[in-house]
Amino acid sequence: MDANATTPLLPEVMEAMRPYWMEHFGNASSIHRQGQQGRTAVDRARETLAEFFNCREAEVVFNSGGTEGDNAAIFGLLRTGDHFVTTSIEHSAVLQAAERVAQRGVRVTFVAPLPNGLIDPEAVRRAIEGETRPTRLISVMLANNETGVLQPVEEIGKIAAEAGAFFHIDAVQGAGKVPLDVRRFGCHLLSISAHKMYGPKGVGALYVRRGTPVEPLLVGGSHERRQRAGTENVPGVVGLGKAAELALESLVDGTRERVAGLRDQLEAGILKLAGTGVNGAGAPRTANTTNIRFDQVEGEALVIGLDLKGVAVSGGSACHSGSTEPSHVLMAMGLDKNAARASLRFSLLKMVTEADVNHALQVVPRAVEHLRALSPVAAGTAE
Amino acid sequence: MEQQTTIAVAMSGGVDSSTVAAMLAHEGGSTVVGLTLQLWDQMRLAGKHGIPDAPKAGRCCSIDDVYDARRVAEHLGIPYYVVNQEERFERDVVRPFVDEYLAGRTPIPCSLCNNHIKFDQLLKTARSIGAERIATGHYAVNEYDARRGRWILKRPADLAKDQTYFLFGLTQEQLAHTLFPLGRLTKPAVRELARQRGLRLAEKPDSQEICFIPGGDYKQFLAAYLEEQNEQVPVTAGELVAASGEVIGRHDGISNFTVGQRKGLGVASPSPLYVLNIDPASHRVTVGADADLATQTLCARRLNWISIPELTGPMRVRAKIRHRHEPAWATLEPAGTDEAIATFDEPQRAVTPGQSAVFYDGDEVVGGGWIV
Repeated sequence: MDANATTPLLPEVMEAMRPYWMEHFGNASSIHRQGQQGRTAVDRARETLAEFFNCREAEVVFNSGGTEGDNAAIFGLLRTGDHFVTTSIEHSAVLQAAERVAQRGVRVTFVAPLPNGLIDPEAVRRAIEGETRPTRLISVMLANNETGVLQPVEEIGKIAAEAGAFFHIDAVQGAGKVPLDVRRFGCHLLSISAHKMYGPKGVGALYVRRGTPVEPLLVGGSHERRQRAGTENVPGVVGLGKAAELALESLVDGTRERVAGLRDQLEAGILKLAGTGVNGAGAPRTANTTNIRFDQVEGEALVIGLDLKGVAVSGGSACHSGSTEPSHVLMAMGLDKNAARASLRFSLLKMVTEADVNHALQVVPRAVEHLRALSPVAAGTAE
Repeated sequence: MEQQTTIAVAMSGGVDSSTVAAMLAHEGGSTVVGLTLQLWDQMRLAGKHGIPDAPKAGRCCSIDDVYDARRVAEHLGIPYYVVNQEERFERDVVRPFVDEYLAGRTPIPCSLCNNHIKFDQLLKTARSIGAERIATGHYAVNEYDARRGRWILKRPADLAKDQTYFLFGLTQEQLAHTLFPLGRLTKPAVRELARQRGLRLAEKPDSQEICFIPGGDYKQFLAAYLEEQNEQVPVTAGELVAASGEVIGRHDGISNFTVGQRKGLGVASPSPLYVLNIDPASHRVTVGADADLATQTLCARRLNWISIPELTGPMRVRAKIRHRHEPAWATLEPAGTDEAIATFDEPQRAVTPGQSAVFYDGDEVVGGGWIV
């Protein structure tokens, strides 16, 4: 139950990629027919992605994934003296890029979320107006990886347009879970990653609205209309294309409703335990995610205990495992360290079954009660 | 199937704990889970005050060691997790270590770590994930003595690797739930076992230094740590005096000294001078001849008893006062509350406040405490 960390390939994706490893191995930039097969495959994927984003094909840049897309948007647009508005609940691919540009003389404002995890568009507006120099870029995520909370990107897009700022959306966790529409969002840039939507790891795409002056992160060739040098990852791009195609289908075939139903069932079952609560309750959320606080429980121990019983969940983000710091997202929402450490993320794959949920509902309460019985210390430190 | 007991092995990425994991996994009969406690971020103070930029390989909690431990677990096919205990380690080991030096004593962080982290926290963590017992790669023997109704800690077969000195703080509860599978093996035998089990790290060198001090220079560490904490290094400069009381020089701070230290005193003398005493109140450091270092008695506090429930009267023991000290005959007597006095048969060199004194009866650890 850790689909927000990564997802398995769907069999159709595997099949779509299969010919491009050995049979059609051509370099998509070659002139000969072998290369042309690769080119055609990349072009077809680009068409699918254009549909997925609701943009032109020329506005799709294939890359290595979400981190690269986020980095490319931030490093590619911001220069010394610029003002950059982002939020304190972004993925580290945005936060650490923001820290780096801040060291290079960019003014960065981090907007804090409301206690339910939502970014208030008015807070973004205040961040823009609170700075004398014009705001060059706004970057807000579509769906938070830890809580699943869906951000009001459309409203923020309008504010960005009024302010004349570029708008980047980190849609890594939203892609495949909610429809993407870059025109409706009003964004100039939007990054996604294939492996969060049943595609392969190591490939992603960045939407770049025509005319957006993004300086490329990588140079060395005219690939991707000079926006991203490097030989095209043909099998990966094909896999992303297929994953996007399947995601478009699953957005309308009732999958979301089914997953949301099972998520709600899981959530309701766990909430029967005393001393539990949902982080991000009351905010619109992706169908597959719930982030639950278990008072008087050490989250790390619960993650291990559950794993040994066959339930894979995560405390915070997989990109932070092994760090001491409790989730920056939950802390920004106002939870204290203990409450943040006592919170776990359950994120369901779209092939989740009722049996999976029932298994979790057998294992989780027992594990939580076991930990609570053992830990008088935690009881003393809880609020 | 669910009835199998679970043993959590503390895996450091070294040969000893890896071999323990291999032995237990090979034996079968219980579910084995590998745990590594992440205690200190080796990059935290890197590059500050002369601390090396890149930590040396083979150091506890380095990324390399976690990598090695993970590879061993994978090789053995056992579940493996890294558990972060950096906050507790800093609170219970690093901070007291710093404070002890600032107070003119010579701390011994490994014992603090064993008492507070390796056994207390590890056992808690193990229980929280559903394990009943822990196993470590320490060279020591523990066994239950039904006659006395107590768990006994004994010196291991390989006396050169004896780690009982650092384990005197173990409680009966901890001993009852801990396995020391290497206690009856020698180090060469352990390496041979590691080879037999196909562990790639069978030839990895032993680590010796204090795990959180990259480069091994504690003075660099104190300076870098206090700076990071935005704390002033307390001014503890003072007089250097001879045993007679005569002032023979000045020094920059008491944390630069350890009882028995010869180098770096900054005074010229026809015969070698050694630190005899450090007075944290007056900042006075007394120096004198090697012969003056010897003392007949030591006082230990914060005691823990293992083979006996309590020290009620005089007891003949052999007392060990530092890691590389050959235990010396002494008579141990209770003094004030949680305090004992050991009177040596022969005076012992450099009894150092801050170190621990561990008392042995034959091979058994009677108990121990902290020298004041």
